[in-house]
Amino acid sequence: MTTPAAPAAEPVLYLDGVTVTFDGFRALNELSIVVEPGELRTIIGPNGAGKTTMMDVITGKTKPDRGTVRFKQHDLTRLDEVRIANLGIGRKFQKPTVFDHLTVVENLELALKGERRPLIVLFARLDADERARIDEVLTLVGLTARARAPAGLLSHGQRQWLEIGMLLMQDPELLLIDEPVAGMTDHETHETAELLRRIAGERSVVVVEHDMEFVRALARRVTVLHEGRVLAEGPIDHVQNDPRVIEVYLGR
Amino acid sequence: MGGPITAALAGGRAGGRAGRSLWLIWAIALAAVPLLNKLPADSPFYLSDFVVSVTGKWICYAILALSIDLIWGYCGILSLGHGAFFALGGYAIGMHLMRMIGSRGVFGHPVLPDFMVFLNWPALPWYWHGFEYFVFAAFMALAVPGTLALVFGWLAFRSRITGVYFSIITQAMTYALMLAFFRNDMGFGGNNGFTGFKDLLGIPLQTPEMRSALYVASLLALMLSFLLCRFIVSSKLGRVLVAIRDAESRVRFLGYSVTAYKLFVFTLSAVLAGLAGALYVPQVGIINPGEFSPANSIEAVIWVAVGGRGTLSGAILGALAVNGAKSWLTTVAPDLWLFVLGGLFVAVTVVLPNGLIGLLRRRKRDEGNGQ
Ligand SMILES: Nc1ncnc2c1ncn2[C@@H]1O[C@H](COP(=O)(O)OP(=O)(O)O)[C@@H](O)[C@H]1O
Ligand SMILES: [Mg+2]
Repeated sequence: MTTPAAPAAEPVLYLDGVTVTFDGFRALNELSIVVEPGELRTIIGPNGAGKTTMMDVITGKTKPDRGTVRFKQHDLTRLDEVRIANLGIGRKFQKPTVFDHLTVVENLELALKGERRPLIVLFARLDADERARIDEVLTLVGLTARARAPAGLLSHGQRQWLEIGMLLMQDPELLLIDEPVAGMTDHETHETAELLRRIAGERSVVVVEHDMEFVRALARRVTVLHEGRVLAEGPIDHVQNDPRVIEVYLGR
Repeated sequence: MGGPITAALAGGRAGGRAGRSLWLIWAIALAAVPLLNKLPADSPFYLSDFVVSVTGKWICYAILALSIDLIWGYCGILSLGHGAFFALGGYAIGMHLMRMIGSRGVFGHPVLPDFMVFLNWPALPWYWHGFEYFVFAAFMALAVPGTLALVFGWLAFRSRITGVYFSIITQAMTYALMLAFFRNDMGFGGNNGFTGFKDLLGIPLQTPEMRSALYVASLLALMLSFLLCRFIVSSKLGRVLVAIRDAESRVRFLGYSVTAYKLFVFTLSAVLAGLAGALYVPQVGIINPGEFSPANSIEAVIWVAVGGRGTLSGAILGALAVNGAKSWLTTVAPDLWLFVLGGLFVAVTVVLPNGLIGLLRRRKRDEGNGQ
């Protein structure tokens, strides 16, 4: 069912037969998904389809009852959340949390990879590479003009982008983003789609979203989840015309 | 795209210049106090010994306020027990001053302080040894508060005790210490504490030279503490502290050990409070368990709130302003003071969340935008 984007490339993310039950209720039911390097994948599905649970399984927050979860060659079911994050999987939660009293640049600075021990951080100075990296991410997330503004003064959309920027500072190979455009204006929604298209390619991005306008703007491969399994997969036009998808979305 | 953007990190914040010039004015005014004291007594600018000693006390309070602001203003840790660290620093120097009385005490014992002779103690308790050396006592004045903060903080922060719960247990800590120091069998002079000091480093405490020297030492300590705190809050570590204040769990998620950061800053803060206490006691000539009173710690927090939490010059300003008002009011209307203090705290919380410094900066900004 999956068509490799680059032939012979090892998938970044490989889920097969993943099942998660909560008190006998199957939140994920034999779920199988493969994400290729550099791919931008959109996951849609009605409420309760298991989208967030799928992210929890990948980041190690929830352990599956059975099934395979691999990130490149690593078996994620054996690792804890911190180890998984350190492997290079970044996750953006629905609610943005940035540091309101620090500027945009300072928020990014704290997210830089590197030394975390207090006494070393006390004397830390940004070197040229780190400055360049911050500037690069600022440009990428479109916040260059707001670099010196305290994060508390940003709009809702800008806060979401800053948080994506903070994830990018850690240089993840796989980014998981849960419902980024909820509460955004139409303009911000479009900008966000542009942003995600820009950052995919160098890394893989998996986005969960309800907003069809946004999914359309992303214009990439879509996976439809329903009752914990894959209902359909393919380009948005193909998926939207699938009678089973129509039934799931319109039948309720 | 490039460099200038990240240069924002290197510079201070908006309003930094106003804070700096204000700081300079205060520094000059305070440095002038002992000089004006040297003028002939009939000069209009003459300041009496009394003014010198009172101002010297306030400077110690300002160091205490700085130490509280460092953890509360920047890291969001509200300690309502910082008076305990201050008192411990004071007790450590007090022990040295007691040893230096020697045979000049009422009972004339060559080694034992009067209160030990009075209690029929045969010898000096083990923990009093070493305090005959000034350097040892000075070290302990910093090390004892620091160690207590390290242990207390480790227990609290590791269990993720935050917010009002942390404030309450720090109140309990200082209260427990107060009760302990009231006990005669602790060996710290019970409810009388220590007094009747004679000299420090061979110079009598009552001489004008000693008063000036203590004053200058306190002022230097305040300046160094200020510079140290400023270095910390404008470093990357300082930004981690602010981030912890804003969203603690997000900081943890970025891979920083929140516990280690809090422990570092809490311990350092306690050391500064100890330093303040150590400079305070020789100037006031007494230390007793009343210094541990929970109300003292709360009062010090009010100084910071009034001056402006989260700005170092605000903390200093608050300590000086509130204590100045207190000195004045307790002579004209002593009964009113506690009401005024409470009212001040409420007023600042409601009307001036950024304190006096916030007011000054706002005025400055309005002038700037005026054209
Ligand atoms: N920790 C949990 N305990 C019990 N049930 C849960 C838990 N997490 C999710 N579920 C259930 O699993 C299903 C899938 O949830 P979720 O993954 O959040 O769906 P989605 O994000 O697609 O809306 C829902 O029916 C939800 O109620
Ligand atoms: Mg969800």
